[in-house]
Amino acid sequence: MKSIEEGRETRRNLLLLLPALLLLALLFAYPLLGIVNRSVYKAGYTLDFYRQIFRVPVYLQVLGATFKVSALVTIVCLALGYPLAYMLATRRPRTAQLLMIIVVLPFFTSIIVRTYAWMVLLGRNGIVNQYLIALGLTDKPLALLYNQAGVVIGMSYVLLPYMVLTVYSVMRGIDPGLVRAAHSLGASRFQAFRRVFLPLSLPGIAGGTLLVFILSLGFFITPALMGGPGDMMIAMLIEREVEITLNWSFASALAVVLLALTLAGFAGYNRIVRLERIFEGRS
Amino acid sequence: MVAVRDVSVTIAPGSFFTLLGPSGSGKTTTLMMVAGFAFPTSGEVFVDGKPMAALPPQKRELGMVFQSYAVFPHLTVFDNVAFPLQIRKASRPEILRRVGEALELVRLTGYERRLPRQLSGGEQQRVALARALVFRPRVLLMDEPLGALDKKLRAHMQLELKHIQQHLHVTVIYVTHDQEEALTMSDRVAVMQGGRIEQVGGPAELYDRPASRFVADFLGESNFLDAVAVSAEGDGRWRCRAAGGLEFSGVGAVPLEAGQPITAAVRPEKLVQADDAGAAALGPGANACKGLVEEAIYVGDVTRYRVGLGADGAIIIKVPNRVGARPPASGAAVALAWSPEDTRLFPRVSA
Repeated sequence: MKSIEEGRETRRNLLLLLPALLLLALLFAYPLLGIVNRSVYKAGYTLDFYRQIFRVPVYLQVLGATFKVSALVTIVCLALGYPLAYMLATRRPRTAQLLMIIVVLPFFTSIIVRTYAWMVLLGRNGIVNQYLIALGLTDKPLALLYNQAGVVIGMSYVLLPYMVLTVYSVMRGIDPGLVRAAHSLGASRFQAFRRVFLPLSLPGIAGGTLLVFILSLGFFITPALMGGPGDMMIAMLIEREVEITLNWSFASALAVVLLALTLAGFAGYNRIVRLERIFEGRS
Repeated sequence: MVAVRDVSVTIAPGSFFTLLGPSGSGKTTTLMMVAGFAFPTSGEVFVDGKPMAALPPQKRELGMVFQSYAVFPHLTVFDNVAFPLQIRKASRPEILRRVGEALELVRLTGYERRLPRQLSGGEQQRVALARALVFRPRVLLMDEPLGALDKKLRAHMQLELKHIQQHLHVTVIYVTHDQEEALTMSDRVAVMQGGRIEQVGGPAELYDRPASRFVADFLGESNFLDAVAVSAEGDGRWRCRAAGGLEFSGVGAVPLEAGQPITAAVRPEKLVQADDAGAAALGPGANACKGLVEEAIYVGDVTRYRVGLGADGAIIIKVPNRVGARPPASGAAVALAWSPEDTRLFPRVSA
């Protein structure tokens, strides 16, 4: 009985998904196959392009830098985003609404405009350095731009809302009665947070860090504008291969490696955090 | 808007005390003030003679069971029950022993490693109960804990809760809107309405001698008859005359005056047929009236009759379906009798 019902449900869901699936197949899966194909084909099938990536140190360095920056950005976003999401989820609705607007506001401006704005702020004679010097916190301007710090600041700013919104949506689903129950059982505010709220918000942390990390891996504009010559990320490398050296097969191989690493990261992460198990909620 | 005002009550240690009232009567707010989740603008809560109002909930050492269970979904049954002990830094062997005892008490031994989502609603509620009792709180607060359970399970849990409470001699403050539940479990009940306590008393006292029309109406079922107090008969008893001419005697819930408009309340099961064996026991001073059976509804253990009294309207009577009972047919004329002691008189507030 139940399986028939479920089968019907699945079929109906499939029907609803069909337009999106067709679009994805046409505009995503098909070109992706083309990229995979190009990465192993240039006047005959070859794995030379992949060998090149893993043999030439500079390419490995770019991969390493990409992961490092992505990890840093993820940590910064979590450290800034979790408390903010906590406020949003626990404050009175009106305060939360106002905060939420502030969080989402940057989405309404172009990422290029925002990146240039940061460049004005962070430059050698930018507002940030002027204030730091005026306050006597530093003698000479700090190098905040055209290096890794600049890239991390700029990317964290762009990606912070993704973290906040993901964590917030999970926190909103936590029954405030559970925290009350913890208090009634003798838990202090910190204990109730540490033993009840924090573990229950883990799916949000998992989802948010995963989202930010994956988005970071493929970031292009911010590192291109705010990074230095040594801060090349894999997306910039791909762009260079496509636009300048016109080595499309090598660019394709890089894209496939990026995709594979992203998927591997997702799978590994999924295994550690066991997302499905946490998200299951009810049985 | 004031949710609760002038609520003052003393609860004996080891007793089962219930706050009963319809939704919005202030019963949960009162409980939350005891728990520390709501704050009175004036007044004080004492537990064991110690003032509580300045203490946060976690310092009050009161166990609490919530309507939504509030069992921690990410923790096993064992860890849920161990939670208050871990907070209090109990030793590992002590935690093992006391969690074992608590789970035995609520008959969930063997469920230690399950997660809440693998339990039924009733089982989750038992976990919540074990968790609230395991640290031996001075008072156990319960906010409609059985509200989400089905009728059979609820009746079963009521008795079980009562037995646990008697076994542990723990003071319980219980909130419910279910009057049957309140009568079944409580030593004393406070009936609340509009943020005030209408009456406090034992179950029999509240049922047999309600202090207000609201209590007579909310607790069980009552026939209400508008009348006027005619003459005093002593000991708070009054002779009354209903609008349709029916005369009867009753006991004033409060002091009355001659000529005062009143509402009389009589429980449907206190009315007997005049030719019934029970009627003789009422003696010569009994109230009597005649009427016609307008409707008979068989509900299993009893039959409910609506008896028309002509100008005085209609009253409901409940007749047990005993062996050899001769139920009157619809349309039959019946003579009814009831005791003045079972007739409560309340001053009528002109609407």
